[in-house]
Amino acid sequence: MSFLSILALLISTTIIYSAPLAFTAVGGSFSEHGGVVNVGLEGIMTMGAFSSIVFNLTFGSFLGAWTPWIGLAVGAIVGLAIAWLHALATVTLRADHIVSGTVVNLIAPALGVFLIKVIYGKGQTNQINQSFGYSDVPLLDKIPILGKLFFQNTSYPALLSILVAVLSYYVIYKTRFGLRLRSVGENPQAADTLGLNVARLRYEGVLLSGLLGGIGGALYAESIALNFAVSTIAGQGFISMAAMIFGRWNPIGAMLASMFFGLSQSLSVIGAQIPVIKNIPSVWLQIFPYILTIVVLTIFFGKTKAPKADGVNYIKSE
Amino acid sequence: MKTTNNKIMIAVLSVLFGLIAGALIMLFFGYNPIAGYGSLISSAFGTPQNIGEIFSQMTPLILTGLSFLVAQQAGFFNIGMSGQLYAAWVGSVWFALSFPQLPSFVIVLGASVVGVGLGAIAGFIPGVLRAKFGASEVIITIMMNYVILYLANDAITSGFPNSIKQTVDSSNQVGNHGGISLKWLSDLTNQSSISAGIFIAIIATLLIWFVMKKTTLGYSIEAVGKNADAAKYAGINEKATQIWAMTLSGALSGLGGVTEGLGHYGNVFVQNSTPETGFNGMAVALLGSGSFLGVVLAAALFSALTVGGAGMPNISGVPTELVSIVIALIIFFVGTGYLIDLLIEKIKSADNASSNKSSGGGTKGRKKQLAETKKEAQV
Repeated sequence: MSFLSILALLISTTIIYSAPLAFTAVGGSFSEHGGVVNVGLEGIMTMGAFSSIVFNLTFGSFLGAWTPWIGLAVGAIVGLAIAWLHALATVTLRADHIVSGTVVNLIAPALGVFLIKVIYGKGQTNQINQSFGYSDVPLLDKIPILGKLFFQNTSYPALLSILVAVLSYYVIYKTRFGLRLRSVGENPQAADTLGLNVARLRYEGVLLSGLLGGIGGALYAESIALNFAVSTIAGQGFISMAAMIFGRWNPIGAMLASMFFGLSQSLSVIGAQIPVIKNIPSVWLQIFPYILTIVVLTIFFGKTKAPKADGVNYIKSE
Repeated sequence: MKTTNNKIMIAVLSVLFGLIAGALIMLFFGYNPIAGYGSLISSAFGTPQNIGEIFSQMTPLILTGLSFLVAQQAGFFNIGMSGQLYAAWVGSVWFALSFPQLPSFVIVLGASVVGVGLGAIAGFIPGVLRAKFGASEVIITIMMNYVILYLANDAITSGFPNSIKQTVDSSNQVGNHGGISLKWLSDLTNQSSISAGIFIAIIATLLIWFVMKKTTLGYSIEAVGKNADAAKYAGINEKATQIWAMTLSGALSGLGGVTEGLGHYGNVFVQNSTPETGFNGMAVALLGSGSFLGVVLAAALFSALTVGGAGMPNISGVPTELVSIVIALIIFFVGTGYLIDLLIEKIKSADNASSNKSSGGGTKGRKKQLAETKKEAQV
């Protein structure tokens, strides 16, 4: 393979692997800017994956090529519902955020497989027929070199994830809603004094994370896994959380970090085709992103500050 | 005394609510809840073998429950128990199979030292990173779970020599040399996977109880967990204490891994994700609400549910996963104890009002106290 082909393959695989992480990590930053730690991203992704696969299998033959796209919307709605549970527990019922998130993570795969057994009578689903494939972006793919690298054999939802990250950056840092959300995550007392509804804003942050996390899970299922089983998501949500922290709670940073994780995931898949990298034992490629996260967290902790009131329940005094 | 009673009430009510919610789910999907729970109970306690299985499953749960408890006392949230357990599991089996010429007593001892040591290291690392650099132990332990998962799987598939392997991705049985199964116990329970692990777990519980309640280290851990700054002011080396607590926590999870390797399974095999037992330990500790007896009882309950749940599909057709849902819901109710607290509160104040002994302000005072304890728990 020529250098350019290798690079093109690497970029297209990376972007496909990073898109689900990017959606979910960007979602997580909404939740944490509002002050609610969301360890439950893994569970939210699992339910997104579950619902989109069931939808896809049920309606695939009627809806044709539109199925995976509507599947993303279904995943978003189900993700929203699961996130609502997390918001109810943490904001209204004052549960510990990590306990509640862990419950979401425990319940999602169990519930998913339970329902799959109820619906299909077996532990995992068939493969879906209508999946997100590779496609060329019209016009842009004609650009010399750049077209080949970025716009041939790529995936539309992956490009969408970049757009969503940029848009989320704008929402969090440039809009009134973003300012209010951040103030609730930094100093809920002060926000309350100014007449902001702390609980409502926190709910909105968590629900947005559910929406985007559901899309992330659905995208992973419909572009990479192509079926649903207990191990479909297997850690993607936790990696998204790492990407969010790595990206310093900034949606664009989270998206870039997701690309990095996507790159290292894709390396362990296509690494065998690439010179030099094929000589590295795959286990090192597998653990590299996690080790790097630990190192980055340790060295740059002073610079990667979470929102101040992140994880702290706000109890309005009577 | 009052708060202890409330904690017990919260635990009992959470279990009750979890089971009721499970029944509602069964009803909703057209299963008969009475038949469902009936089949659960009959499979859990129906045969001596399954009763043995319950003890076998309890063993690592008690140890990971203790592990979580020790870390929590120091103000840490150890999500890495799963990885710590797996590291120890692989390490202990590797040792036991690699030196078959040693007397079995030495094999067991050596394998335990290797396993517990690996678990302790896996706890020590996040402990140091948190204490010295302030890195979040939650994220670090989650990341370490994956690092350990891939390293350990790789150790089994390409690190283990073929002489100790049964298949490409599983090891030989530890068998008669390094195993900790007890013949009279296995015979008593119709050859279940019960082992001396259960006694190890009980002894560990007593030891940790002693360490936490009667020694300086235990006192320091508790003081640091309650308020690290105040502990430092009182002359406690708070960073060293935090590191000790996480190391001890990792060692306990490691001991759980040793009992899995030498007792319950008797070998080790490649995993898709780090063992669930590690995560369930957190559930056990939360339900046990900080008490040592609570941990043992919660571990017994969860094991009975799991063993019973495995028999459910054959008898009543209810998928096994229902049990995991019920367990998760139980933790949800424990975690949102605020709701149950309010309920208990309401019942009590109603009692007071009816007996005309209400001294006034009881409800409000209790609420305030509740808010304060919650705040304390957050720090």
